[in-house]
Amino acid sequence: MALTIGEVEHVALLARLALSAEEKHTFAEQLGSILEYADKLTGLDTEGIEPLVNILPVFNVLRDDEVKPGSLREEILSNAPLLEEEQYKVPKII
Amino acid sequence: MGKEFEIVIGLEVHAELKTATKAFCSCSTAFGAEPNTQVCPVCSGFPGMLPVLNKKMVELAIRTGIALNSEIPEICKFDRKNYFYPDLPKAYQISQFDLPVCKGGYLDIEVDGQTKRIGITRAHMEEDAGKLVHQGDITTTPFSLVDLNRSGVPLLEIVSEPDMRSAQEARAYMEKLRSILLFAGVSDCKMQEGSLRCDANVSVRPVGQMEFGTRTETKNLNSFRSLEKSIEYEARRQMEAIEDGEEIVQETRTWDEEKQVTRSMRSKEEAHDYRYFPEPDLPPLKISREWVNTIAAQMPELPEQARRRLVEEYGLPEYDAAIITLNPDYLNFFDQCISSYKDAKLVSNWMMSELNRLLNQNNMEIGECRFKPADLVKILQLIDDGSISGKMAKTVFEEMFNSGQAPELIIKEKGMAQISDESTLINLIDGIIQDNPKVLEDYKNGKEKAFGFFVGQIMKASKGQANPGVVNKLLKERLSSSEM
Repeated sequence: MALTIGEVEHVALLARLALSAEEKHTFAEQLGSILEYADKLTGLDTEGIEPLVNILPVFNVLRDDEVKPGSLREEILSNAPLLEEEQYKVPKII
Repeated sequence: MGKEFEIVIGLEVHAELKTATKAFCSCSTAFGAEPNTQVCPVCSGFPGMLPVLNKKMVELAIRTGIALNSEIPEICKFDRKNYFYPDLPKAYQISQFDLPVCKGGYLDIEVDGQTKRIGITRAHMEEDAGKLVHQGDITTTPFSLVDLNRSGVPLLEIVSEPDMRSAQEARAYMEKLRSILLFAGVSDCKMQEGSLRCDANVSVRPVGQMEFGTRTETKNLNSFRSLEKSIEYEARRQMEAIEDGEEIVQETRTWDEEKQVTRSMRSKEEAHDYRYFPEPDLPPLKISREWVNTIAAQMPELPEQARRRLVEEYGLPEYDAAIITLNPDYLNFFDQCISSYKDAKLVSNWMMSELNRLLNQNNMEIGECRFKPADLVKILQLIDDGSISGKMAKTVFEEMFNSGQAPELIIKEKGMAQISDESTLINLIDGIIQDNPKVLEDYKNGKEKAFGFFVGQIMKASKGQANPGVVNKLLKERLSSSEM
């Protein structure tokens, strides 16, 4: 159940990946077999079973609305490839 | 133009929730800070960081849902909305997809005296993106700058049903929604600062057609005026395209404030595929009925209730009540005035005419006023006891609005006190009559105009300070007295 080349190209575009023609074929095969494996689930009888929203039996992990001081501005900005006026400098996107 | 068209509008409104900290980290949400000073590894999208949900955000979202007559489901969860953009450091936005915090709901708007119910589809919690600032001239610069202070600020996206049929209705919906959010205390709703933003979905169809036409979405309308104007433009554009036999393309458009047109924003080929999936780092929420009831019990007075109160308790006309309840600060001003002054309609008249005029002229909110409600009451009392005329009162009010000075002080400094003292006025009147024997003759011969001439002269001689009511009464008496 390989993916079509069109589907691979679509997913690659969304992920901003440039693929060679050969890679497209490889991934069409590989992605197809992953999906085929996951597709086994559709064979199960899920009649009367509530959909699971999270695999952990944990709910309502909340914190109070209190500002914690201590900005890590310098450390965080030091990771930026390009900086200007204390801001990340990126190619213009319109 | 042969066909008659109907416009169909649905709005998506993003309201910034009034919390001290961001949605998933403890960074401040304060507006206007230096770039990238309210950031941490969570809201900057560093790998391995875990979000922790802000309880206040959930409470404000539930409060909004109750105010909008929504259902608050027992379970809600967060999902990831995936897309690449420089202002989105994680390359996904934490949002809610299939299990939002509020389902359904409605609000009522009034247009041309008709009440119309507008359905609300849903409201979901999500985080805001950072701010992209274009450097220098937007057409030539190759770079943009990113400030992440806004990244992770809590938002509630409120989606309406496609129930509106004119730009006017869309504006009324937006105004009503804003007033509900303000009264409920869930958002500052400052459109200029972006804490309330609106996207408009617009389509047109021939009158009588059941199915909707293809819609476009115009993004980021940040004033009531641009909302109204963009819808009018976009609807007209679509009608003309259909008349010319063109197909409407489903797309995102942007409103060009300068040229007053909408423009296509994204290329058609770009896929609109956010590949939502459940956010594994945030456990789902169980919203107990006790929690909802507690929040409901703490709900402040909402615009509808306030409006009924103004009509029933103070006898205000519906129109006045609707205007005063657009904004809680405005209502608060009114309430404070009538706590010490009984004529509610007079207070309302002053607020809607003089106060509104000056606020609009100066582009100010009522909260920025330099005087207190008690100062307006003082002016009204000075009119009542004859100390100043209605006309003088307007001058005093404007001066008070501009300088913030107390009304009595302004009256004293400008020498504006009204003269109501009868003996002073009789002296003045007698003098004027004696100086104009020919006019007196005319008056006695039945020339009505002569009376007006005397009044004019008296007002002029008193520099406008004579009380006109008293002058009228006394002048009649003096003219008919045997002394003249």
